[in-house]
Amino acid sequence: MLNAQKRKTILLLIPIILVLVGYVLYPSIETMIESFKRNGTFSLENYQDFFGEKANANLEALWNSVWISLLSVFFSALIGIPLAYIFNRYDFPGRKFFSSIAIMPIVLPSLVGVMAFMYLYGEAGLIPNMIKDLFRLSEVPFSIGGISGILIVHAYTMYPYFYMTTSSALNNIDPSLEESAYNLGANRFEVFWKITFPLLTPGLVAASLLVFMVSMASFSAPFLLAGGFRVLSLQIYFSKMNGDLEMAATQSIILTVVSISFLLFMRWYQNRRDYRMASKGIGAHRSEVNNPFLKWCMVTIGILAMIILLLPHATLFILSLVPEGGWTWQTYPQIFNLDNYRLLFDDPNIWDPVRNSLIMSFIACIGVFVFGIITSYALVKRKFVGKNLLDILVMIPWVLPATVVGMNMILAFNKASIFSFGHILVGTFWILPLAYFVRFIPLVVRSTTAVLEQMDDSIEEAAQNLGAKWFYTFRRVVIPIIMPGVLSGTLLAFVQAVGEFPTSVLLYTLGNRPISIEIMNQLRMFNMGQAAAYGMIQVGLIAIVMIISSKFFKVKADNAL
Amino acid sequence: MSTVNLSKITKQFGSVTAVKNLDLLINEGEFFTFLGPSGCGKTTTLRMIAGFYYPTKGKVLFNDKDMTAVPPEKRNTGMVFQNYALFPHMTVFENVAFGLKVRKLNRTEMKKRVEEVLKKVRLEQYMDRQVSQLSGGQQQRVALARALVIEPDILLLDEPLSNLDARLRDEMRNEILRLQRDYAITTIYVTHDQVEALTMSDRIAVFNMGVCQQIGSPIEIYNEPVNDFVAEFIGETNLLPVIFEEQADKQRVYRTQDLDVSIYVVDEKPHIANYKDSDELVMSIRPEAVQIVGEEKEGENILRGEVSLVQFTGASVHTYVTLENGVTIRTTDLNKGPSIYLQEGKKVNVQLPANQIRVIPKARM
Ligand SMILES: Nc1ncnc2c1ncn2[C@@H]1O[C@H](COP(=O)(O)OP(=O)(O)O)[C@@H](O)[C@H]1O
Ligand SMILES: [Mg+2]
Repeated sequence: MLNAQKRKTILLLIPIILVLVGYVLYPSIETMIESFKRNGTFSLENYQDFFGEKANANLEALWNSVWISLLSVFFSALIGIPLAYIFNRYDFPGRKFFSSIAIMPIVLPSLVGVMAFMYLYGEAGLIPNMIKDLFRLSEVPFSIGGISGILIVHAYTMYPYFYMTTSSALNNIDPSLEESAYNLGANRFEVFWKITFPLLTPGLVAASLLVFMVSMASFSAPFLLAGGFRVLSLQIYFSKMNGDLEMAATQSIILTVVSISFLLFMRWYQNRRDYRMASKGIGAHRSEVNNPFLKWCMVTIGILAMIILLLPHATLFILSLVPEGGWTWQTYPQIFNLDNYRLLFDDPNIWDPVRNSLIMSFIACIGVFVFGIITSYALVKRKFVGKNLLDILVMIPWVLPATVVGMNMILAFNKASIFSFGHILVGTFWILPLAYFVRFIPLVVRSTTAVLEQMDDSIEEAAQNLGAKWFYTFRRVVIPIIMPGVLSGTLLAFVQAVGEFPTSVLLYTLGNRPISIEIMNQLRMFNMGQAAAYGMIQVGLIAIVMIISSKFFKVKADNAL
Repeated sequence: MSTVNLSKITKQFGSVTAVKNLDLLINEGEFFTFLGPSGCGKTTTLRMIAGFYYPTKGKVLFNDKDMTAVPPEKRNTGMVFQNYALFPHMTVFENVAFGLKVRKLNRTEMKKRVEEVLKKVRLEQYMDRQVSQLSGGQQQRVALARALVIEPDILLLDEPLSNLDARLRDEMRNEILRLQRDYAITTIYVTHDQVEALTMSDRIAVFNMGVCQQIGSPIEIYNEPVNDFVAEFIGETNLLPVIFEEQADKQRVYRTQDLDVSIYVVDEKPHIANYKDSDELVMSIRPEAVQIVGEEKEGENILRGEVSLVQFTGASVHTYVTLENGVTIRTTDLNKGPSIYLQEGKKVNVQLPANQIRVIPKARM
């Protein structure tokens, strides 16, 4: 029996390890090797160029990435924490509605979000021009672009991390803790700083690290907004476009090192003693706001926040109604109709990217679905040595910036290898589904692991005791039970793959260009209407998935991140 | 139906020895209970019988057939888990039918057997319910039905009642017994609750720290415990350390050092446990055997003290008498009205009848 168990574990582990080694580890190693090459021979010159005096553009980009990320953390926290506190601790008219709006930024894929911001607040943007016309100014009063643009977009797209962690932490705090502090004579201010805040810290630190990593990896915002401003993720793209693969590899390695150090730091931090409480079923306690002035202040904050939060969505929708040529030199769009949507179905050239995206994401998702189930099962329910290592290997694609994943794919599969079955994958259809697959492994594994951990071991044992063999049990008992978690993770991976930009831009070919590439092309041709229509498709898909996940699988949107 | 024979079983988890050198023979159709405090190795033993653990040493035999290396799905045991382990995505019917489906029974036969067993556990009207919609007691019955429907050779129950409230526990106790008698199935029942063990079992094995201390019928275990652990774990008792003093006619005399008095014990097997000369000895007497007598009463085994606490529980009254040296003796009487309620602080004598005392060795660890 002992040996039968071991055999099964080994049989499970073989495909897992093959996939992880072939498509996660091997590409990273190829990149590493490439970074130590100059004209085909081993050398440290790339690193000398990176850190040396010759090319301080790189160092500058690294430095810019770091402080942009630090500022992004700061601004996201500045928005997310107070908003969470107000919406979770005070009761006022419309509170529930506002708090559900607060996570709306997550339905905008990054590229689409950036585009909406450009047309909203950019040089030719609607808001600055409206203000200019209203007050009859000669110049637009403000416009975003460059650093300010990147920061504003980051704050908008990343504050939900803070909002969600703070909300859930606040709701998990046992109200009697604060009440007992009041009872012991502390005032509101003391209670917040001495009781509430320390209990929030673990979550806030985790959110900070996450936002830092995400903005280090951010690609779409600098891509569209940076102008001459250099950040590392973008430098990788430029090096690759200039054909300097060795430098691109070096930059990727540097970015990887920064990201992995953060992952390790985060793991270390989360494994420290955790004083979150296990007490369950405590309703959140909210103070009702009775002072009418304060009450309407809060409602106003809610309404203002809602308008600001939803403006990008509205802009996207309005833009999608502007047909080609419907907004050229004029200040505002002139024509509105459904042409862009009609073209989607009438013009194969317009439809193709959508089809490509759907097909490639579908293929990738079948992959992560199967791989996610097997891997989570092995990680949660099987005992073997090196589990921690496997766990880290699975999580690597989550820490790697998308640009780096793209570079890894290029450097590993621009030549034939056993993992590509002797084919060159770069320049073919298959490289993109493969990249999407790698990118979204961690997402599905994590959502599956969460449900598997809740499934008691005795369920499997009961089936076995009733005479079911392992595979029958797995098929008829384990899989049906964990299906909601797996499906919600896979659906999320699907919509993210449909919106995926950084790896797409590095790896697409004319034949398999996905939606995000076509958005970029349409923007280059100043056909923002068609770009927005593509964006609306993505937003629609995400919205559908969120609704399905929360309605049918009872998975909260918060867990989606 | 089968017998279960555990022969020289040892199970180690790393450096922890969960079960040590266990020998056990469970007869056909017997209701056999593993009793012991939490962490003493009951579940581990049960899981070795079910096949989920593989013994480090020793053999598991069903009807003289060596099952040690047989995987759990081929053992034909029916196990009821502590948390029931019902399949949450199936209805009551599907849960119960699972084992039959695995055995590839045809539909009509399957339906018939499931309905039959659900009738037995009185759940026939809940057949199409989702299991999450059932109460704790009903889930318990589904788990039982699921284990019984496959007509297992052995029924294994791991603390099946521990998640139920007290009243339901009583009801389910009778239910399980009734089913066990109906099916006449060899049953191994794990519990840490001595009342459950005493009321249900044909025989009990008492465990402590991985070692089986005693095997016997409830009456034997209660009346003739082999050591102080068993005496103390099963029921209530008063224990006093003693040393052997002298052999008298039909009596043995022991001396308690604490009280510095001699204790006379009837020299018969029920009153003197087996012990070696090297063993430390204690005397045990159940509270219901201790008699409170007037202050003036003289005779054997009479100790002086005063009432320190009177506890009224309804059916019975516990009177705690503190002796002169501070040792407290607990006595229990049936509630026969106010005449037996003593005043706290009252000086009394207690008598330990010589034919109610049992001298036992201390358990060796
Ligand atoms: N899978 C396991 N791994 C390591 N130690 C275990 C395992 N199962 C049980 N033990 C240890 O074995 C001892 C007996 O456990 P168990 O049989 O569950 O006790 P019981 O069911 O009597 O409460 C305990 O000390 C427990 O910690
Ligand atoms: Mg147990």
